[in-house]
Amino acid sequence: MSNTEKITPYPKAIDKVEFIYGIADSSLILAQRLSELTGHGPTLETDMALTNIALDLFGQVRSYYQYAAKLIGDNKTEDDLAFFRTEREFKNVLLVEIPNKDFAYVIGKQFLYDQFHYLLLRELQKSEDVTIAAIARKSIKETAYHKEFSSNWIKRLGDGTEESHKRMQTAIDDLWKYSDEFFYPTAADKKMLEEGVGVNLEELRKEYRSNIAEVLEEATLEIPELEYFQKGGKDGRHTEHMGHLLSEMQYMQRTYPGMEW
Amino acid sequence: MSDNKKSNKNEWPLWEVFVRSKNGLEHRHFGSLHATDTEMALKNARDVYTRRMEGVSIWVVESKNIHASKPEKNAEFFEPAEDKIYRHPTFYELPDGVKNM
Repeated sequence: MSNTEKITPYPKAIDKVEFIYGIADSSLILAQRLSELTGHGPTLETDMALTNIALDLFGQVRSYYQYAAKLIGDNKTEDDLAFFRTEREFKNVLLVEIPNKDFAYVIGKQFLYDQFHYLLLRELQKSEDVTIAAIARKSIKETAYHKEFSSNWIKRLGDGTEESHKRMQTAIDDLWKYSDEFFYPTAADKKMLEEGVGVNLEELRKEYRSNIAEVLEEATLEIPELEYFQKGGKDGRHTEHMGHLLSEMQYMQRTYPGMEW
Repeated sequence: MSDNKKSNKNEWPLWEVFVRSKNGLEHRHFGSLHATDTEMALKNARDVYTRRMEGVSIWVVESKNIHASKPEKNAEFFEPAEDKIYRHPTFYELPDGVKNM
């Protein structure tokens, strides 16, 4: 396909495809951020752990995109969805596109995402769409491990040294404004909920807040108080970081369309 | 952690990792890694050594707790067994069904 052509799903599947983007794009972009650390992790062991998490997420994303590509038809593939969509067509939450900055930010983003991702997959297992339910069932064990890994590091850094505490608190304070977008349902989310495919996101908010508060308290970190949260990513309105991330992620396919390893 | 950034990595103790590759087999030494405590050592071992379904159980032990025999004492330690071939159970015929021996 030409790299300027837009990927437009068939109208009947459009809501489901958009709904799938809403789930899978966040994992893809977070994994892309994690993969920036491959070979640059703070220790060899942590480097491997973060790379493993990235690979788990890429694997999950492939399943979602393969399914979405099938719904779109027209010989589209998972690679088309990852490498030829434009910024506005990505429906990930803003949280995952924020730069890594330091290890506290890496862990902070991972923690805020994993805690939501776990609840989402738990509910998605009950989806009336059997493919989506199967992907959720397969993914939830990995995600349970990610959640434990990131929560554990939140506690280590928060309840660690003066320096690690300070950095972890800074990251949490800064990332907090992105921690509510998960629960804001898009038009596609609402449509899929009506059809028994989706999840009632707003109902998960309370449990999420209480789960993360428990970890942050144990980590001796303060829970920020905020009335206004950032959102927009799920509707395709991204931060200034997203374009740079995509230009790196999509470079090879944009430059040599259809290339294979 | 100290203020000296360079020495931070060196402060993480070394651990030895033993993995049971499947139920019924013994834990075998797989390698070593750095971690600050037991929990991190187990997690790191999981991520470094069992990514490809290598195991069903992991043991970790801090390397400092392993005591080794001394190479210069090899003569008295091991050589006396050399001429005692009758201690090997090689005089028995194993039934075909017995594996992992």
